[in-house]
Amino acid sequence: MPNDHIVTSYDKELENLRSSIARMGGLAETQIAGAVDALFKRSAERAEQVVEADKALDDLEIAIERDAISILARRQPMASDLREIVSALKMSSVLERIGDYSKNIAKRVTAINESDNFRIVRTVGDMAHLVQKMLKDVLDAYIDQDAVKAMDVWERDAPVDELYNSLFRELLTYMMEDARSITPCTHLLFAAKNVERMGDHVTNLAEIVFYLVNGEILEDTRPKGDRTSFTVLRPNED
Amino acid sequence: MDTRQSSLAERHAVADGQPQVKFVTRGVHVYYGEKEAIKGVSLDILNNEVTALIGPSGCGKSTYLRCLNRMNDTVDSARVTGSILLDGTDIYDKKVDVVQLRARVGMVFQKPNPFPKSIYENVAYGPKIHGLATKKADLDAIVETSLKKAGLWNEVSDRLETQGTALSGGQQQRLCIARAIAVSPEVILMDEPCSALDPIATARVEELIDELRENYAIVIVTHSMQQAARVSQKTAFFHLGDIVEHGKTEQIFTNPREERTRDYITGRFG
Repeated sequence: MPNDHIVTSYDKELENLRSSIARMGGLAETQIAGAVDALFKRSAERAEQVVEADKALDDLEIAIERDAISILARRQPMASDLREIVSALKMSSVLERIGDYSKNIAKRVTAINESDNFRIVRTVGDMAHLVQKMLKDVLDAYIDQDAVKAMDVWERDAPVDELYNSLFRELLTYMMEDARSITPCTHLLFAAKNVERMGDHVTNLAEIVFYLVNGEILEDTRPKGDRTSFTVLRPNED
Repeated sequence: MDTRQSSLAERHAVADGQPQVKFVTRGVHVYYGEKEAIKGVSLDILNNEVTALIGPSGCGKSTYLRCLNRMNDTVDSARVTGSILLDGTDIYDKKVDVVQLRARVGMVFQKPNPFPKSIYENVAYGPKIHGLATKKADLDAIVETSLKKAGLWNEVSDRLETQGTALSGGQQQRLCIARAIAVSPEVILMDEPCSALDPIATARVEELIDELRENYAIVIVTHSMQQAARVSQKTAFFHLGDIVEHGKTEQIFTNPREERTRDYITGRFG
């Protein structure tokens, strides 16, 4: 913000809101990394840490909501201030949701570990890596108020969807080949779906940053790349 | 600032039954002696719309408002140049009857200023001197409709002979609005009409402004940004005698184009 408010405590409140969002974003990033790490290392302990750490995201979301409502009630914010507060409210709930997905992945680690010989498909890791980078970049875009950067992230969800589509087919094949793999494959599929959803949520964050900077609401015209709802694999076919 | 462009768009809108232009003002300058209070303001005022004029003290918004019914004529040192057309007629033309003009363009002031007369007389006075009604029954009807339109009738119908000054502040302001309406104006100018009122009286007046919009063009000067945002459809931001930005109220308050507007409405003005 180029100019300060006449009332300096107002600036401080907005600054707090911004840094809380940044902190939530950082935590959400760490959670993705942690969940995937637990998955590949087959570490129940690591998974437990991720589940525990989700509480911090929930607490931050509530704190942000409380602060934002308080500012709305007391300051009657206008223009960029209003957009700042509305954006913080929306971003905090999206980030909390992203945290929930990481937590859900972590929760599945124990079940997947039951199957000793099951190999975790690398694609899940690749997807998570992409989403984590998208999240990092969208947070940078938020902090720098950079709508162009936000739009760049917005467009990077398609590769995540592509990976998910191929993973979906791959896991279906495994399950058809070996019925014992159904349990771990299903869990892994859910984990992958969670990552795919995180990617969608990151694009929402990008849209919010776009609105914050430009004051225009982006119509959601992003093509949806997840085609698995229509995917059918038939046994005994090539 | 793109008043010229927006006014073109608005004139196009007339064809679609949208609000029509009531006032066209171009290059309006006002001088108080040597001091230039307004530096070439161009703005259109549309029918059936509330136009809010906002800006810091001394920015010229009240001065501009007072040009619209030639209230500045009462200030000796004031000199107005530029063109101010009401329905296409230059209101500063020598042939224009100022008394008639002020009946067409009514005004409500910051402090409620009822005449020290009965409620009835406060409203009936204008129609009487303008010869709008001669028979008592006609006058009664005008008083009743005006008080009803001003949302005051139910509160005073049984005591029309009470002194107007005996009413509460909010009621007095609505009485002044009734008085302005009584002479069938086309435009109502309001100079901070709620700044002396409590929140409930303010809400009543704002509700009234929204109803009056159906029949009049309304221009309101206000220091309350929230009030401008609540009651108006168009907002013009004045600063140092100029219009910095003018546009749809929603746009001005969520996404102003000019940094100075942003700074003012968000409380960053140094």
